[in-house]
Amino acid sequence: MAPDKGKVMQLFLEQLTNGLAVGGIYALIALGYTMVYGVLKLINFAHGDLFTIGAYLGLTLLLSLGLTGHIGSAAGILVLILMVMGLVAVIGALLERAAYRPLRTSPRLSAVVSALGASIFFQNAIMLIYGARFRVYPHDLLPVTAISLFGLTIPVMRIVLFGASIVMMTGLYLFVQRTRTGTAIRAAAIDQGAARLMGIDVNRVIMYVFLIGPALGGAAGMMVGLYYGQINFTMGWVYGLKAFTAAILGGIGNIPGAMLGGLLLGVIESLGATYISLAWKDAISFIVLILILIVRPTGILGERVADKV
Amino acid sequence: MKHGIIVNSLIVVVLLAAPIWLNAYWVDVLNSIGLYAVLALSLNVILGYAGLFHMGHAAFFAIGAYTTAILNTQFGIPVLWLMPLSGIAAGLFALIVARPIIHLRGDYLLIVTIGIVEIVRIALVNNIFGITGGPNGIFGISRPNLLGYVIRTPHDFYYLIFAFTAVTVFLFHRLENSRFGRALNYIREDETAAEGSGIDTAHYKLVAFVLGAFWAGMAGMIFASKMTIVSPQSFTFWESVIMFTIVILGGSGNIRGVLLGAFLIIGLPEVFREFAAARMLVFGAAMVLMMIFRPKGILPPLSRTYKLKTNAG
Amino acid sequence: MSKHTLLSLSDLTKSFGGVLAVSEVSFEVHQGSIVGLIGPNGAGKTTVFNLITGNYLPDRGSIFFDGRDISGMRTNMIVSLGIARTFQTIRLFQNMSALENVLAGCHCRMRSGIFGAMLRLPWQKHEEREAIDIAAGELEFVGLDSNPDMAARNFSYGNQRLLEIARALATRPKFLILDEPAGGMNDHETRSLVRIISQIRDRGITVLLIEHDMNLVMKVCEELVVLDHGIMIARGTPEGIQKDQSVIEAYLGPPGNDEDEDF
Repeated sequence: MAPDKGKVMQLFLEQLTNGLAVGGIYALIALGYTMVYGVLKLINFAHGDLFTIGAYLGLTLLLSLGLTGHIGSAAGILVLILMVMGLVAVIGALLERAAYRPLRTSPRLSAVVSALGASIFFQNAIMLIYGARFRVYPHDLLPVTAISLFGLTIPVMRIVLFGASIVMMTGLYLFVQRTRTGTAIRAAAIDQGAARLMGIDVNRVIMYVFLIGPALGGAAGMMVGLYYGQINFTMGWVYGLKAFTAAILGGIGNIPGAMLGGLLLGVIESLGATYISLAWKDAISFIVLILILIVRPTGILGERVADKV
Repeated sequence: MKHGIIVNSLIVVVLLAAPIWLNAYWVDVLNSIGLYAVLALSLNVILGYAGLFHMGHAAFFAIGAYTTAILNTQFGIPVLWLMPLSGIAAGLFALIVARPIIHLRGDYLLIVTIGIVEIVRIALVNNIFGITGGPNGIFGISRPNLLGYVIRTPHDFYYLIFAFTAVTVFLFHRLENSRFGRALNYIREDETAAEGSGIDTAHYKLVAFVLGAFWAGMAGMIFASKMTIVSPQSFTFWESVIMFTIVILGGSGNIRGVLLGAFLIIGLPEVFREFAAARMLVFGAAMVLMMIFRPKGILPPLSRTYKLKTNAG
Repeated sequence: MSKHTLLSLSDLTKSFGGVLAVSEVSFEVHQGSIVGLIGPNGAGKTTVFNLITGNYLPDRGSIFFDGRDISGMRTNMIVSLGIARTFQTIRLFQNMSALENVLAGCHCRMRSGIFGAMLRLPWQKHEEREAIDIAAGELEFVGLDSNPDMAARNFSYGNQRLLEIARALATRPKFLILDEPAGGMNDHETRSLVRIISQIRDRGITVLLIEHDMNLVMKVCEELVVLDHGIMIARGTPEGIQKDQSVIEAYLGPPGNDEDEDF
């Protein structure tokens, strides 16, 4: 009886920690959705593909630069992630310039279609460059060891992953709360017109948002490559939709909400796959998404705003 | 006016005669164009007329195709009889799923409908209720039998699909120029004003969904009997994207535009085979560029004019 | 003129996020009259309209129209019972023609559906013909019959307001609600609006209107209801209201909530 109970508990904790690690990834991507939505009221459908680009750029740099051989695995990966963040940020800002800025004054749904087009474009560009097959990250970069914690074995990778996403999220939170630029971002999200009247350069704010969001998304892409070992050109769309669900779950436009929503969704999915059905794993987040939109479209931390008629 | 009739008749005659000179491969391409045209026309009711951003149309198509596949292989019902039944199954499904989400704003509706098409696909893969055959799908669906004549070759199917498309165009054209069609347009333009003018907007949005789904379901029957096999990979999110793109690029709300869109998006990649891999890349870029430079599509809807008593003639 | 009560509001109350927009407002509108609802900005006038037309749900109170409780009913139902409205911020179907805009009003008096559209039976053709005639007639009534095929967005501001009135009239209302019909009109247009409003009443349609143009209000209204901060502070004939001390204070006193309601 007792050992059984222990096993049940162990399985639960195992799935919980896995859920948190994956949830951290969702949260990082969700931040990009939520920040763009906050400022532009636009679902940036191409965001998931920026995440994919991050994963592929990470792989290319990893294989071509050989940094990890020179300065050690951990330091090498850190430098690479920073490089990937920078590159994806630039692509994000270019995307905004090319596909969204010309549509700033168009009906909102034109911008949504444009975003969808950009997503299709990116996804197929990646496929044409890297091929349609799965690509594999080298698996001997980081120690595959696990540590024991209260009788529970947790892979180091999982802890690193979770830790990294927490560090980045905290950094973003502090940036948004404490700096002038962060304040400008928050102001523009509340009321663009008023922010402009207060002397805030809204175009600059939007550029920042399209630098920060994609940077975090790109980092998440490389982290997924390192964690799971294989990447595919379509993965951005699945992760993207899940991260978007996370953003809605937390309350779209709300930065702490996206973090909370991401972690929560990761855990729900992980536990659902274990206790309900593994085959339905990918459907869980969609069901969550639909249920929230029907029951409480403003999410957990979102404020309920009466739709003015 | 006269000019238009001549051009239309000419196009119809050319299309009717086309299979005589074409080999099976190209007739099959035309069949694909026809099927996508019908699907896009049915999506056009929802997306074009009513302005509802619906990207889950492949789900309705799938329900229709699977209804035909299951009822035909399990009970041996002739597929042509299953046409209305497949439509009704898809329509009922639309009624159930659309009702709770119908009030959602544009971009939210878009994302939820993507969710629905994915849930349906995953359900099919997981062999839901033990009747969908899992990832391999269902095979051995019989061919349509029209009064003893079995429709089998691409050329046979061409005329079946052509007839179905023609009937669809004819009926939807009438629909467009009616009280119903106008009601959907009012909703697209301004929902609050439509409601304030006495239009039951929730009802009409739901009916648009059900009608579009019904038609996609019927197209599903033709697809199933043409392929004789249905499987989940025929009904992915990307199928929805292709239908969506046909409507948006061709000209949402305009039947001619949608037909042109089907020819361009399904037909062009076949003409430029060497670039087939880049086809979606080009579509993606085209969607962005269209939204910037020609947001209403290649052929935007024409405004309707009415003959008034006072200045009739 | 009969003294039959067409619309009666009692204790109507609505608040948004704890702020009372309308508080215990009660008044009646008699059939065949033209009543003005006036008050400073943010007094809750448009909110009262939105409550009557079912765009908002009242927190408390009841709305009786023609002897029927209509509170909580959906807008389109209320329209088919005979209440039509125009909007303060013009809400036309901008890309559609003037005639089609007015045809929207005819919708609720028609029956044809999908099958009707597809089959085009004789009675449906007849119904369609009739609707087009009605719509053309209403366009003529407001003086916009010269360009029925022009898109609504191409009309001048004043003419867009008239087009909205035509659309509302096409629903064959018993009761017409006009939200700042003279807003954005020049003097000439306002004068013809005054004429149109009295003609509407002559057709047997009761009118309730919000208007800031006091000249117009005094000219066309037989009775005025004055709101301030969501509370009804006075009610009576235009002459009586002009002398009412509380009304003068409401307009000239310290400005209260200056927030404009946009509808």
